[in-house]
Amino acid sequence: MAEKFRFLDHTADAKFQAYGRTLEEAFVNAALATVSLMWNPEEVDPRLSHPIDVEGRDLEQLLVHFLGEIIYLLETRSFLAAAVDDMVIEKTDKGFRLRAACRGDDRPTRYSIFGEVKAVTYNEMRIELGCPVTVQVVVDI
Amino acid sequence: MELRKITDLIWEIPKQGDMNVAATIYASSRLLESVKKDLTLLQARNVACLPGIQRMSYVMPDAHQGYGFPIGGVAAFDMDEGIISPGGVGYDINCGVRLLRTDFTEQDISVRRKELLAEIFKEVPAGVGKGGITKLSRNVLKDILLKGAEWAVENGYGTRDDLLMTEENGRMREADAAHISDRALERGIPQLGTLGAGNHFLEIQKVSHIYDQDLAQVFGITSAGQVMIMIHCGSRGLGHQVASDYIELMENKLGTKGLPDRELIHAPIGSSLGRQYYESMCAAVNYAFANRQMIAHWVRDVFVKVMGSAKGMRQVYDVCHNVAKIEKHTIAGYAREVCVHRKGATRSFGPGRQEIPEAYRTHGQPVIIPGSMGTASYLLVGTAEAEELSFSSTAHGAGRVMSRHEALRRFRGEQIRDELQKKGIELQSTSWKGVAEEAPAAYKDVDEVVRVSHEVGIGRLVASVTPVGVMKG
Repeated sequence: MAEKFRFLDHTADAKFQAYGRTLEEAFVNAALATVSLMWNPEEVDPRLSHPIDVEGRDLEQLLVHFLGEIIYLLETRSFLAAAVDDMVIEKTDKGFRLRAACRGDDRPTRYSIFGEVKAVTYNEMRIELGCPVTVQVVVDI
Repeated sequence: MELRKITDLIWEIPKQGDMNVAATIYASSRLLESVKKDLTLLQARNVACLPGIQRMSYVMPDAHQGYGFPIGGVAAFDMDEGIISPGGVGYDINCGVRLLRTDFTEQDISVRRKELLAEIFKEVPAGVGKGGITKLSRNVLKDILLKGAEWAVENGYGTRDDLLMTEENGRMREADAAHISDRALERGIPQLGTLGAGNHFLEIQKVSHIYDQDLAQVFGITSAGQVMIMIHCGSRGLGHQVASDYIELMENKLGTKGLPDRELIHAPIGSSLGRQYYESMCAAVNYAFANRQMIAHWVRDVFVKVMGSAKGMRQVYDVCHNVAKIEKHTIAGYAREVCVHRKGATRSFGPGRQEIPEAYRTHGQPVIIPGSMGTASYLLVGTAEAEELSFSSTAHGAGRVMSRHEALRRFRGEQIRDELQKKGIELQSTSWKGVAEEAPAAYKDVDEVVRVSHEVGIGRLVASVTPVGVMKG
């Protein structure tokens, strides 16, 4: 299977590239990279599903909003994401819209949590619509 | 990029191109080498291009690459022509440090050290996804955002004396919660009174060396071996969300065209958006003050429970490391109000400033600089020279030199715990992986950072402390 994401060196924070055959797949893998800084998504029981519906004036902002949603679900619903399914990104009048289902568990004490992503930043962010699609993100941890 | 050596510890990027001012870097050649490895200098140069910047774009000795502004970046902006930038404050608004002194000695607590740490670990929520003590209502949260540590004291967490020994007396009065998003409030509700994770920590320490006996005495430090408490945390998810929200609001309103870095986004200080960010930032600052106030109170309770009393436990001071403040400074001979951004930097007001608690006013403010996990931390004093050299600012910590990823490759949390134990340091953490990421070797040498601060004169050494017990989120 093709590589989903890779961490690159960054002095203070965490920088990764996520890949996909489509933009959606690259965004899903960016979500997996983000949560892998906090817990192992494969260990989390995907028993619940949260809808995600975010917009962005450009793809960069869309990605920041999407990943921000995962942190928001953790902090306000104690929801640990295991997977993101059924993602659709579409162009709108105002920019872009992303809809998806985030599956996971709201019983955080069952899992080992080893890190905290505080914020998703625009720093060194890159979205390359090549083959594969590559997104690069630095998160504040 | 051209870098001119001014002295052994002062370097300058001369004003060129679209820079409005030059940039000054305070670093030894060793610290400068690590600064050159990332984008710090470029970011300092970018800051020098911002509208209304006064005198210089400054870089503190512990600087490293940040978002927009470097971490360890200090810049002051004109109140009419200048700007305010969320990226110049950072995501963790009022990430800061509180230092408490006690009358206990290392010997007094030696047999109870483990128990003290275990109890603190039980009382102070830490780690990821751990909620605070209460389910706050939105109205109470808004009250906290307006009143800061004052709210905490009114509600039984600590005393009025604590407030006197806190920057801004624990409350920025310009705070307004009206322009804070629902999402930021939602993130703030479950996290009040929590330490968080990452580089945030709580330490039981002992005084290891006193550099200036008289000043140490003024700050409540009498002898080596004296037990101290240090608390390092910030405004949690609420502050991060305020930063993200205003970066976006400014982008949507003003666009990102021409910005070398999206997080350099800014708004004129006098504009309604600039004002709204400032007032919201002040509210997040207050949240962090309340947070540290509550945590300090629980530590005091644990000492009473375990040791029978919190003998002489008093707050030395509480400082902000990520903040923008409107302060009066002398520029080209005239006293003027400017908006000073300190991102990963500590205010270091010298003698006489009205902002300093009365008990310290003739001496200068205490400056608290935490080291990395298991290494020394420092207490310094602000200086009169810092006014001219750095808008009264100095370093804020050790600063990373190794990525967390690299640290994970090289170290194991359990191994670090064993090594610390050999040095007589107990460790409690919610995660071994988190411990490995914070390995002392992943940080710059804090001793070198404070030496530069001392020799340049932007903050002078008073005492060093070393941990005997470390709690990490």
